Amino acid sequence: MRRSILSTTAPGLLLAAVLSVAAAPVLADTSDKRIALSNNYAGNSWRQAMLTSWETVTRPAVEAGIVAAADAFTTGENSATEQAAQIQNLILQGYDAIVLNAASPTALNGAVKEACDAGIIVVSFDGIVTEPCAWRIAVDFREMGRVQVEYLAGRLPEGGNLLEIRGLAGVFVDDEISAGIHEGVEQFPQFTIAGSVHGDWAQDVAQRAVAGILPSLPEIVGVVTQGGDGYGAAQAFAAAGRPMPIIIMGNRQDELQWWKEQKDANGYETMSVSIAPGVSTLAFWVAQQILDGREVPKDLVVPFLTITQDTLEASLETTPVGGVANVEYTLEDAVAVIQGAN
Amino acid sequence: MRPSSDLIRLALPFVALGALLGGVFWLQPRAMSYTGLNLLFNLAVPIALATLAQMFIIAVNDLDLSMGAFVGFAACVTATFLNETPWLGGLILLASVAVYAALGVVIHLRRLPAIVVTLGMSFVWLGLAVMILPAPGGAAPGWLRTLMTVRPPGIPMALAASLLIALAAHLVVARSALGVVIRGVGGNERSVARAGWSVLHARAAAYALAGLFGVLSGMALVGLTTSADANIALRYTLLSIAGVILGGGEFVGGRVSAVGAVAGALTLALAGSFLSFLRLSPDWQIGAQGAILILVLALRLGLDAIEQRRARA
Repeated sequence: MRRSILSTTAPGLLLAAVLSVAAAPVLADTSDKRIALSNNYAGNSWRQAMLTSWETVTRPAVEAGIVAAADAFTTGENSATEQAAQIQNLILQGYDAIVLNAASPTALNGAVKEACDAGIIVVSFDGIVTEPCAWRIAVDFREMGRVQVEYLAGRLPEGGNLLEIRGLAGVFVDDEISAGIHEGVEQFPQFTIAGSVHGDWAQDVAQRAVAGILPSLPEIVGVVTQGGDGYGAAQAFAAAGRPMPIIIMGNRQDELQWWKEQKDANGYETMSVSIAPGVSTLAFWVAQQILDGREVPKDLVVPFLTITQDTLEASLETTPVGGVANVEYTLEDAVAVIQGAN
Repeated sequence: MRPSSDLIRLALPFVALGALLGGVFWLQPRAMSYTGLNLLFNLAVPIALATLAQMFIIAVNDLDLSMGAFVGFAACVTATFLNETPWLGGLILLASVAVYAALGVVIHLRRLPAIVVTLGMSFVWLGLAVMILPAPGGAAPGWLRTLMTVRPPGIPMALAASLLIALAAHLVVARSALGVVIRGVGGNERSVARAGWSVLHARAAAYALAGLFGVLSGMALVGLTTSADANIALRYTLLSIAGVILGGGEFVGGRVSAVGAVAGALTLALAGSFLSFLRLSPDWQIGAQGAILILVLALRLGLDAIEQRRARA
């Protein structure tokens, strides 16, 4: 019995070893490395998708022996001091790399420095940290705002009035996307922003806010958004009986669903753009590459996920109800991002 | 000789701390080193200071619900004014201690419930902190960073600092005349007044001491994190109250222990690490942290009950 298992698995193992060496010699060097994910918050669909993606991508990687472990840790409360303590615990647990979505861009710097001093690779993404010894995988939120106006300029060459739906006031991401939108309007001066409301990245809040401002607005040709607010805006326009403008969507399932229904009914056309929660898996591969000894620049930019009229059906199919359209990154994607930054 | 109930009360936080430390060492032998102990405990230093601040308030039978926001405010001042123009930063921090003393006076004279006043003040402190530092940032003054990352020979900074502040607070609360009067106000306000002491002064002093330790907590926190954030210490409000009670304090009666409070704060900080090393799902961690707290308190109540039965017998 024992012999037969040995005789069948041993060549298989050997083959796998040969294959991994031959196909990707980089894999061998990190097989004993352990990577941890330090996450500060898990209370919305985006973060849940982020954690699921991490699990989906890292489990096969661990099984294939690319890394020894890839454990996810989430703090109970969204607080910087708690996450700092968590990072210090991860140092003690002897992880080789920490992938980090930070509660604060600055308040974790002390703990991150402790980790670097202990020889640990720290890769921050989405919520990035400013400590120079850490790597940053940042999202170009400004560009995400700007491309919306660019798309509208392509669709509506003569321009018109736009309604801007902003996110949560006082949050860095909201300021950045909005700045990008205003840059876009400067670039395409045929557009003017006729009104601006805060939708807090939530459909119900956005719907109330848009319904409140609509009566005071002239004709609106386009709605520029930040994600999680497009469906609410559409509901408000429909309820007010106003002509439906081009509403830029933000990859949420309810937004894509509404878009699909409109597309089937009257050929409605728009675009959708947001950050894929799977960016956590890009950070994982980047950490793996750094552990492997690859030269990686400290600042990387993650591409955002755009859904067009043609890819709508495919994206909608893979997006769970109540979820966000997602994409998981592979080792090759990470290598491409790293090379793009070099 | 039977151990007195006071001794049991004093020993319990250390027993809990020792048990948790044993568990941590067993799960993660790496922690059993100079660097390991420092990593385990360094973020407990600001919590210990905030706990001592809360202890002075609890000693006079009040409760401070603004502690976390106040520590955050002190942290923001430290990372901005104290760093750029030290004299102005020092002045602001001194003024905030004076505000604390004034709060004690107002609460005493107008007979206001401290919980309501401090809850209101928590929004004031948070608002001021956001005004000083609208976005996370600032920088720790160099000397403060050096102080919090110093590596004294033999004993890690975190433990040395905990011992020092416990000793200092113990001297104030248990050995000084002021400390006796403050605890007396919590025990029996009227008899303190009849004995010719000013209850007003005692309460103002207790609040000023709380303000002072709150400021120290904010400064220590910035020294560790290198920068501040208005929301950085919001959870300190509940942690500090839990620390005092865990350390053998009572909500009423002026029964507080400075050494116990520091041990309680270290225990709370360690509980988080212990649960993390256990690889417990984060969803359960808050609950488990609460369970540890309840366990220690239940142990204390049980010991109290035994002690009372003995006293009656």
